[in-house]
Amino acid sequence: MERRVYFRHKALPYFLLAPQLAVTLIFFIWPSIQALWQSTQIEDAFGLSTEFVGLENFALIIADPLYASSVLRTIFFSFAVAALGLSVALYLAAKADRVIRGRLFYRTLLMWPYAVAPAIAGVLFLFLFNPTFGVIGVLLNRTFGIDWNYLLQGDQAMLLVILASAWKQISYNFLFFLAGMQAIPRSLVEAASIDGAGPKRRFWTVIFPLLMPITFFLLVINIIFAFFETFGVIEILTKGGPAGATNILVYKVFNDGFIGLDFGSSAAQSVILMGIVIALTVVQFRYIERRVTY
Amino acid sequence: MVERGNAGRQMSHVILVLAVLVLAFPIYVVFVGSTLTLREVVQAPMPLLPGSQFVENYLTALTDGALEGGGGVPAWRLLMNSTIMALGIAIGKITISIISAYAIVFFRFPFRMTAFWLIFVTLMLPVEVRIVPTFGIVSALGMLNSYQGLIVPLIASATATFFFRQFFLTIPNELLEAARVDGAGPVRFFFDILLPLSKTNIAALFVILFIFGWNQFLWPLMVTTDPDFNTIIIAINAMLSAGDDQVEWQLVMATTMMAMILPIAVVILMQRWFVKGLIEHEK
Amino acid sequence: MSFVRTTVAVSALFAFASAAQAQDRVQIDWWHAMGGALGEKVEAIAAAFNASQDEYEVVATNRGNYTETMTGAIAAFRAGEQPHIVQVFEVGTATMMSAGGAIKPVFEIMEESGKDFEPSGFLAAVTGYYTNDDGQMLSMPFNSSTPVLYYNKEMFAAAGLDPESPPQTWPELEEASRTLISSGAATCGFSTAWQSWVQLENFSARHDVPFASKNNGFQGLDTELLINSDTHVKHIQALADWSQDGVFKYGGRRGDGQALFTSRECAMWMNSSAGLAGIRRTAEFDFGVGQLPYWPDVVGDPKNTIIGGASLWVLSGHDDADYRGIAEFFDFLSSSGIQSAWHEGTGYLPITPAAFTTTTLSGYYERNPGADTAVIQMTSGEPTGNSKGLRLGNFVQIRDVINEELEAIWAGDKTAQEGLDTAVERGNDLLRRFERANR
Repeated sequence: MERRVYFRHKALPYFLLAPQLAVTLIFFIWPSIQALWQSTQIEDAFGLSTEFVGLENFALIIADPLYASSVLRTIFFSFAVAALGLSVALYLAAKADRVIRGRLFYRTLLMWPYAVAPAIAGVLFLFLFNPTFGVIGVLLNRTFGIDWNYLLQGDQAMLLVILASAWKQISYNFLFFLAGMQAIPRSLVEAASIDGAGPKRRFWTVIFPLLMPITFFLLVINIIFAFFETFGVIEILTKGGPAGATNILVYKVFNDGFIGLDFGSSAAQSVILMGIVIALTVVQFRYIERRVTY
Repeated sequence: MVERGNAGRQMSHVILVLAVLVLAFPIYVVFVGSTLTLREVVQAPMPLLPGSQFVENYLTALTDGALEGGGGVPAWRLLMNSTIMALGIAIGKITISIISAYAIVFFRFPFRMTAFWLIFVTLMLPVEVRIVPTFGIVSALGMLNSYQGLIVPLIASATATFFFRQFFLTIPNELLEAARVDGAGPVRFFFDILLPLSKTNIAALFVILFIFGWNQFLWPLMVTTDPDFNTIIIAINAMLSAGDDQVEWQLVMATTMMAMILPIAVVILMQRWFVKGLIEHEK
Repeated sequence: MSFVRTTVAVSALFAFASAAQAQDRVQIDWWHAMGGALGEKVEAIAAAFNASQDEYEVVATNRGNYTETMTGAIAAFRAGEQPHIVQVFEVGTATMMSAGGAIKPVFEIMEESGKDFEPSGFLAAVTGYYTNDDGQMLSMPFNSSTPVLYYNKEMFAAAGLDPESPPQTWPELEEASRTLISSGAATCGFSTAWQSWVQLENFSARHDVPFASKNNGFQGLDTELLINSDTHVKHIQALADWSQDGVFKYGGRRGDGQALFTSRECAMWMNSSAGLAGIRRTAEFDFGVGQLPYWPDVVGDPKNTIIGGASLWVLSGHDDADYRGIAEFFDFLSSSGIQSAWHEGTGYLPITPAAFTTTTLSGYYERNPGADTAVIQMTSGEPTGNSKGLRLGNFVQIRDVINEELEAIWAGDKTAQEGLDTAVERGNDLLRRFERANR
């Protein structure tokens, strides 16, 4: 993947790279080093007294059963968002792939939630599911007799933030699946059709296996989304509650650092999160490298 | 396409229409809420048909901004801040990424790979994990409560750089050779040949990055403590935490509608580039 | 002719001089967390002060909500760009006061400026929260509120209860709730906002039991939570039992549950006295304001409730002249004219008895029945060590812990004893961490 022909110029390339590198160094690398340093400190809010404690912040976090439960919740949440978002999107893409007229029309009307910010998705679901005046919340309580109160029931709160996050991701996944399906050579599907395979069998034996690479790619992207970008959904809907039921890792970093002003612990949690992102990125890129080679 | 059975296709239409309606339902409810009075909103169950307050609510939200927690900033200003931030991030990211991709692909120089890896590393450090120290740096640079503070720390982009790199690698060597024979230097080559060729890619990336910038939450929440620099999304969050005061639900809903209109319009109107960009950007 | 000319010249000179003086005014930055209509009132106070003298100029800026304002001021302090005055909510009190080098206590400022400043001229229950154990005032109370009981008079009448006499005690409240539910007047008896503040912090003050050791933390950082005492457990268990049969319904950590009251689901609602205006706007029914109930078997004569809200802290690192200006401003702020206007305009409590008298004499309470309930409840007796206030580090997280445990109790996942034991244990860990960080 290298070019044979290129320009020779001593200063220009550095000049071209300077802005990107400057921003990277000042706002990415340097703060990360600081986070590493801060994770070894205990200090008061004003920074008047600091104490070097080595890895104690990490030890406390790892020993904290609440952190462990936050990790488990984050994993459950991420996979649930990915699973729900992917399966609904795949189903809809399969339907849209089958219709002849109006495919573009459906694509347009199914893709706009992509533009909605996670925080706004939180607001939309708040209005729908608020137990006292939300349209669906009231319906659940009064008509269906379900004790719907996500401010108190942890499972319901988890369900709600999963729904709101997945709602937003469906359109994104849908676009990829649809594009993937349309890239499948028509002859392949027709061949299966001649062999007498019905639409369902054709989907599972021909189309779906060919979509595996995209599915895997989307899985990683969706998990990263659920890990980091759902902060807004949580902040608006549940603020990590009730009883910590939706306190995912990113929310905890924010809450301990900015609300609780416990910078040492918050920094240590950031460092752990960095480890997770690095692992996810490596997985993502190893996969992409593989795809590039075949 | 190969489906012959009409019934199966009809069924697909029904399901797709249902999906469209389900997906749109939350927005409909918010729209209805934005046309009601506060009392109508908090009367459970809330009516499902639009009320009479459309003009009044939107006018109040747009101009008055006497919103508890919203800091008394009218929505037009919030929309302007969001637009500046989204445009700044989209244009900034595209500009610095296209020139660094240009340097990496079309030049040979010492530390080329070092630079490449430095940019790559940014992928692994999302703003969410380095938020506290980044806040410290921005505050030390005196960039809190400013458009620079909202924009600059977010404009490094590994993905955009890779996106352009991928595209530049497909440019035939002959084109470059021909340009050199014509005596075109690197600057002229970039402006006269490369940039026009990248138009579609830039448009595609613009849509994605505009949405990315508009939808930022955690970062503007941190660096704007002066409500005059709030984005519309942050203001909605502030309006929801009214403390001792009553949340003005009908105004929150009107503001929410306004916060969605522009990004949705951008995605739908530019959907041809957007879809292309989305699929290729993430590859 | 020459007289006129001289006069013009002289007055021009004066005008010039006073303009120059205006430019030379010492600027005092005040960061506050009041948005919207409240924010406008804050700016009006600053403007009134600026117009009252020509030496100092107070510049009031809204810096977002309480948390954002406090975090912003701390970040600014770390960067050496701190404002003079910052409004900090009551749970941030210990953080501010432990930061010895970062703040300048109000009593010191007043002393140095030679102002005639007497803490006894203030309402003890309001200022008590912000004084140290020697009775010296550390920060200036600004917006204070206290929890009261709102009740739906129409529902009371429909259930055959006296709409003019709200329940005084918890047993009365339970009985009233059951009558309201069985008569079909309401589907739920009551709900509460800010559960930790109302049902534990104020509960402790009202029943004269400690919330934490060391005088609720006033006497040192080595304090420990005491909210798993029999008294607390009994109260929380009663609420938990009631939440199983609809007498009590949980509506969220903050004021979120207010819709339960205004949409006529719950007949009673415990919330901050400053919520009065919001309820007036959304409730389509006649309602009354009562005092926070108590358990007659624990305390015969309930003590004052404690306050919530925020106070003004002065940060260190400014010139002496600036601090003289701040002293002038605080003097202005506590004058009864400003205080009674603030009280009437916002629903927050006045900080001096004089302001309360001014408001009473103006006939305000006759026009706005229920607005004085909070003040009467606040001033019922001399505050004790248990009802003076709370001084706990990491209090924001401790409240989160309490919220989490209470939610587990309401949901029936834990008994009151289990939940409160865990809350104490987790809360104490946070207190120890704060103690360590602030040695």
